[in-house]
Amino acid sequence: MIEMKDVTKKYPNGVTALSGIDVTIKQGEFVYIVGPSGAGKSTFIKLVYREERPSSGTVVIGGINTATLKARSIPALRRKVGVVFQDFKLLPLLNVYENVAFALEVIEEEPAVIRKRVMEVLDLVGLKHKARMLPTELSGGEQQRIAIARSIVNNPKVVIADEPTGNLDPDTSWDIMKLFETINERGTTIVMATHNKDIVNTIRRRVIAIENGRIARDEQRGDYGYEA
Amino acid sequence: MITAMKPRTFRRHFRESFKNLRRNGWMTFAAVSAVTVTLLLTGIFLVIMLNLNKIGTDIENDVEVRVHVKLDATEADKEQLRTQIEGLPEVESVAYSSKEEELQNIINDMGSDFTLFEQSNPLYDVFIVKTARPQDTPDAARKIKQFEQTETAVFGEEKVENLFSFMKTARNVGIVLVAGLLFTAMFLISNTIKITIFARRKEIEIMKLVGATNWFIRWPFLLEGLWIGLLGSIIPIAAVAVGYYYAEQAISAKLAAHFIEFLGYIPLVVPVTALMLAIAVFIGIWGSFISVRRFLNV
Repeated sequence: MIEMKDVTKKYPNGVTALSGIDVTIKQGEFVYIVGPSGAGKSTFIKLVYREERPSSGTVVIGGINTATLKARSIPALRRKVGVVFQDFKLLPLLNVYENVAFALEVIEEEPAVIRKRVMEVLDLVGLKHKARMLPTELSGGEQQRIAIARSIVNNPKVVIADEPTGNLDPDTSWDIMKLFETINERGTTIVMATHNKDIVNTIRRRVIAIENGRIARDEQRGDYGYEA
Repeated sequence: MITAMKPRTFRRHFRESFKNLRRNGWMTFAAVSAVTVTLLLTGIFLVIMLNLNKIGTDIENDVEVRVHVKLDATEADKEQLRTQIEGLPEVESVAYSSKEEELQNIINDMGSDFTLFEQSNPLYDVFIVKTARPQDTPDAARKIKQFEQTETAVFGEEKVENLFSFMKTARNVGIVLVAGLLFTAMFLISNTIKITIFARRKEIEIMKLVGATNWFIRWPFLLEGLWIGLLGSIIPIAAVAVGYYYAEQAISAKLAAHFIEFLGYIPLVVPVTALMLAIAVFIGIWGSFISVRRFLNV
């Protein structure tokens, strides 16, 4: 699903964010990306949804090589990858239903399909009954559920999450993690950058630790490994 | 990547573009005003230049060389001069006007006071020469001057040249002025769109994240620019269409006495308004295109 070979990422300002990264993530895996701030976790995430291109090496996502991907073909890649952020990135003027439907409308999906799919995922994240409310009327955890619903509404092969629990209290974070597990059980690959030690040490999954732009550890049932 | 757009998608872009116009009401107003002022001046400039051009061409086509025959020339000398003139390759036609006829023309134009000159006619017999191409007139005049029986040959060169140099200056000043205004209008449109885009950058970011194509993102903004251009063109086009109708009637009546004719209503108004519309559409779409391109960063 995700294959990185000898990937280096240098930013124009001279900072080398990643170097010599070799990773293969198979379809259906659940992977934590951990490491100190500034180690390169976000860059790793951005390489997957082609917000950034590798300076050298290859990044292949679901058969698409992002290093040579033409700008006008990026949308095709993005439709295979769902993205979730720490700050949710919801549109405040649209209600819950519209926020989720937005993702399908802009890729010109049929209205009937949109209605069906949106109600399905709202049911999955447990917010069907709040479909007509605005994001600002909901708690942080609920807002993140909407963002997750939006990220999976077009059935992507992989969901990328950058600190999805970063803004949430511990209880809510557990709920969000359960949701990610449910999505993962349905066959979707999950790649999650996180600082949350408790979660990584409790829900044991593959852990990739990045330090100073290099992979320091890659364990199938790893732990967080840092003092939080 | 322009693929056939679904009607539903097109309706969406349409709605979005109007929503943008309303949301940035004052910027929209400023941009529309800029287009209005620009097109109004462009329109007036075009009307004036096209008419000056026509008048200039008319006058140019009327240019003739008046060949004054020496006073002591005999009938045979005059015949010889006519043959010489007709022999020049540039010459199209030669007409003769005796000094009596010349005086009669002056009396007709200037009034009966000039009948005094009938006792002692100070004028020359004249050959009126027309060349096939107006620009050959100076050459023909220069050659005719060298014939033996020619006293002098005049063709009003100063008048014609003054007119042309005036027109050239007027045209250059006008073009610079209009170009500057067009640039300003485009800049204002582009800025309006930039503010629209800025207000919606989060929306665009999400659209890009979930895989909307760049054209999908671009369309509403291009339409917004188009509306600004079209809204801005309404007043100027109406002004030219209505204004020229009255101006032509009022001014041509006065100018007819001087054998000067304006361009007719339809031959002027149709191309000028079409051009104004084209300019409005162009600066509208192009102004927004450059903003969107910078923002989409592709």
